[in-house]
Formats: sequence, C-alpha cells, structure tokens
Amino acid sequence: MISDQAKKEIDIWVAKYPAGRQSSAVMEALKIVQTENGGSLTGDLIKAVADYLDMPRISVQEVATFYENYNHKPVGKHVIRFCHNISCMLNGADDLISYLETKLGVKTGEVSKDDLVSVKKVECLGACVGAPMCQIGDKYYENLTEQSIDEILDSLK
Amino acid sequence: MNKVCLKNTNKDNPSSLMTYESSGGYKVWRKIIKGELSHGKILDELKTSGLRGRGGAGFPTGLKWSFMPRNQEGQKYVVCNSDEGEPGTCKDRDILRFNPHAVIEGMAIAGYVMNASVGYNYIRGEFMEPYYRFEEALNEAYSAGLLGEDINDSKITFNLYTHLGAGAYICGEETALLESIEGKKGQPRFKPPFPANVGLYGKPTTVNNTESFASVPDILANGGQWFADLGVPNSGGCKLFSVTGHVNNPANFEIPMGTPFSDLLEMAGGLREGRKLKAVIPGGSSTPILPAKAALKMNMDYDSIDKAGSMLGAGSVIIMDDTTCMVKALTRLAHFYYDESCGQCTPCREGTGWIYRVLKRIMDGHGKNEDLNLLLSVQDKINGNTICALGEAAAMPVKSFIRHFRKEFEYYIKNGKSMVAKDG
Repeated sequence: MISDQAKKEIDIWVAKYPAGRQSSAVMEALKIVQTENGGSLTGDLIKAVADYLDMPRISVQEVATFYENYNHKPVGKHVIRFCHNISCMLNGADDLISYLETKLGVKTGEVSKDDLVSVKKVECLGACVGAPMCQIGDKYYENLTEQSIDEILDSLK
Repeated sequence: MNKVCLKNTNKDNPSSLMTYESSGGYKVWRKIIKGELSHGKILDELKTSGLRGRGGAGFPTGLKWSFMPRNQEGQKYVVCNSDEGEPGTCKDRDILRFNPHAVIEGMAIAGYVMNASVGYNYIRGEFMEPYYRFEEALNEAYSAGLLGEDINDSKITFNLYTHLGAGAYICGEETALLESIEGKKGQPRFKPPFPANVGLYGKPTTVNNTESFASVPDILANGGQWFADLGVPNSGGCKLFSVTGHVNNPANFEIPMGTPFSDLLEMAGGLREGRKLKAVIPGGSSTPILPAKAALKMNMDYDSIDKAGSMLGAGSVIIMDDTTCMVKALTRLAHFYYDESCGQCTPCREGTGWIYRVLKRIMDGHGKNEDLNLLLSVQDKINGNTICALGEAAAMPVKSFIRHFRKEFEYYIKNGKSMVAKDG
C-alpha cells in the first residue's frame, strides 16, 4: 500500500523524534502518501499509515480529518488554494475567485472536467502583504490580477 | 528601520550562513560554546532588553525562559512557533525566508540557557518556501559545526529539527502546537500545568515565536540596554509590523516601538488616491478594530495601542478605507473563527457558528432587529469560558465592530443592503 520510496521519506521524519514517538511523523506521513496517491487520501491509506507507524487507526483518522491540508475526495492535478480572508478580501479576492470559477467553469470545491485543476477557498495563508494571493503546490502566487491568473492557468499543464 | 530581524533582507543571498556571519551572526553562540557567556548573564540581558513575546501575547521573553527548571534531570525542549496564520500576519514568513540563521542561533541560545538539548521549529504546512530556506540554513549550521552533539568539545549539545503543520490556525496556540508535534489533533491543553513543567512529551518545554527567537542574538551582541533604547518604556526594541489592506505599498516594516501610527501608514505608501481612512485593526484579526480617529492618535507600542482601545498583538496592521463594508468584513472574520475553532469547548464551537450564521443572515437580507443584541450576547458567552484564547479572539472583533460601527449594522438589517456603495 505504501511504496518503498514513501516509506523512506516517512523514515526521515520518524528519525527527528525520540524513540517510540514515531506518531509525531503522522502528519508528514499522511502528506507523503496523499501526494503519491494523486492528492487525496483513502480509508486504506489511512489504515496503512496507522499500521506503518504502529498507531491506532482512529488516531490517524482524527489527524487526517482535523487538518485542512488532507483531501478525502479526488482533486485536480493542480489544486488552486485561494485565500479569501480579510487582507485578500480588501484587495478584491472575491471578484478574482469568481473570475477563476467562470474561466474554469467550476465552483470552488469542484474539479475541472479534464481533472487538471480544482479550486479551494482557504483561510489566511500568511502572505497578506502580497494580497490577493493563492497557493498552487508548494508555490505562492501574490498580487494576483485577472491577467496574472490567465498566465498562471496557461502554465498549468 | 530593519535593524534586527530584517537587517539582511536586501543583501545578496540574505538567508545564507555567509551573509549572516558577515553581519555578526553566531558571534554570541560561539562565545557560549567557548564558555565565555553564562546563562545567568543572558537572562539578565534579556530582561533588560524588554523583549516581549512577538507572537501576540507580549509576555516578557527573559521571564518566560527563567521559568524553566534548568537543573531538573531529563530531557527538556525548546520549540519555535512558526505556525503563522492570524489573518493579517505575515512577518515570520519573511524572517524564515531572509534570516533563518537568526532563528537557529536564537533557539540554540535558548537551548543553552534552559539546558534543553533538542529544539523543534514548527512551521505551518503551507510555508514550503520558508521551510526549504530554513532546512538549507539548518544544513549549513550543522556542516559548520554550530549544531550537534558536544559542539567543539564544549559539552553543549543542541539538535534542531523542523516539524511541518498541515493547516490548522489553532496550532499557533502553544499547547495545541505541542499536541500537534506529538501527532495528534491540535487541541489546546488545560493550563496549569504550564509547558515549562509539562510540555512536549510531558517534558519541560518553552515555546517562543519566530520573531522573538530571531531578536535574541542581536540583543545579546549589542546588550539589552541597546535594544530597550530602540523602543519606549515597557515596549523595548523594534518590532515587525505587517501593513496590509487598503494601502499603496503593503509590506513588513521593522520599526522602533513607539513609532506613530501615522508614520507607519506613510511608510506603507498611504491610502489610495481619493480614499479616506475608515478603520484599523492594529494587531491581527483577533484584536479590536479602531475607528480612524482613535488609530491616528496612537503610537505603535503596547501601552499606546492599549490606551487607544485595542492591542498590539502580532503587529498585523490591517488598513480599511471608506469603501469597506464593516458588516462584510466582520462576517469574513467570523467565518474564519467558525472554520478554525478546534471544537473542544462548547462555547467556542457552537458560539462561533452562531455568530457566523447570524451575520450571514444579515448579509443575505434576512437580519432581524434583535440580531445585534444576539451577537453581543453570544460573544459574551464565549468570552472567558474556553480553554484557550481562540474564544476571546473570536469574540473581541464582534464587540468592537458593533461598538464602533453600529449604524452600519443597523442599516444593513433595516435595508437588506450595505450602507457602503462599493466595497473592495
């Protein structure tokens, strides 16, 4: 269920914590298996992480459902996480989110027909001086405009 | 401006060890390794400096460190809170990106003072660029022999690791953060016992904010008095302020405590043409909003902002001009707390939902005359009745928005639309 490569990555995290405290690596373990699975978790993956870290399955389930960054439904190849909190809102985030939805023909929370992109409204991402902003993968895109959104979408393949 | 945490931002390769050392970095840590600086002396300097916790609570850092049972047997921990997520706050991101070695040195010094040989830096899961920069810096510090076991035969050991979050504002609360490192849901713990006695894995632990740690090396290099003199009484030093919202040049500014708000507004390029200042949230979304008149009279220090009716918090200054609809702004903040409540305490879990839904119905044109009193009553029932401060953080904006902009809320309820023609 968990590939050897993913196990290697999880082990790097386990090594950061005291012996017997491997459950500290659960958040990263879930992220690693989620990435390997195309961006979302399944019940089987949650069980596999629990077995690998020797944790009760319910504890892993709790973590997987408490934190925002785990998905429990399939997502697009690229997830656009658009901040709609106060500083972004004051700088026109709502209009840009509508623009993005219209352009992609999807609502927030949905996946585009070609499975390439999904859009999610998120709370503050801590880059308020660059408002309005969004995150795709590891990268932040700041000071967004309709034009820069067009360019970003064109670059997503 | 930019004298401490951001001093290297405009240099080439600001996050590198070379840049950090060229501006005096790791001098203090090297002195400690050589046995030339005692923990008692460090605590004295920190207390003199007036450094107060930069994450928002403003607790004196030197005092916090002195609570750790230094001579108690067994493992102790130092933890850095880089789980920056309070709306309007984005200063720690810049410290991690442009001055990660100052955080490392600050944490190592803390480890020495509190006799803690292991540290964790909890970085929010979305901060991948800052995480990579910090990891790079960590590798440099290990390669240079500045971290590890028995550093330079000094009998001082300090190992530092990063831990990544996964999207939960509540983990910025220090005991929720410790739960999260332990691999659990981020739900705050009852206090007492305080982390200094029972912290990470049940061991004595001190948690400080990124900016607090990053300020420590320069304080010790230049002396506590030097830092204190940068600021004003009771608000020592300089501090980062993230100025966002309706300004021409939103940015982080590291300025002396006590700087007039009007000067800071000017640094941020002032308001857009033809717009007037309407309101300011001075310390992040959890701190009470102030009308323009009160904000323009305040200086950026703990006491002055307190006197104006709000709090310095994390120094996250959100500027709103006259196009802002206060009902919409509060509804957005209410949604945030509703979304981020960890669900542990009933007043917060249920109350944040009530507040959001009542505001939402006002926004949808179905507001009732009694709704404002209902909102005030709900916030009052959250306040003081929860394990952690998220409850108060959710309640305070409601009270202050209604107090200062009641007419706008009444207008929305009566007419089913905003008093402000166009917002945004």
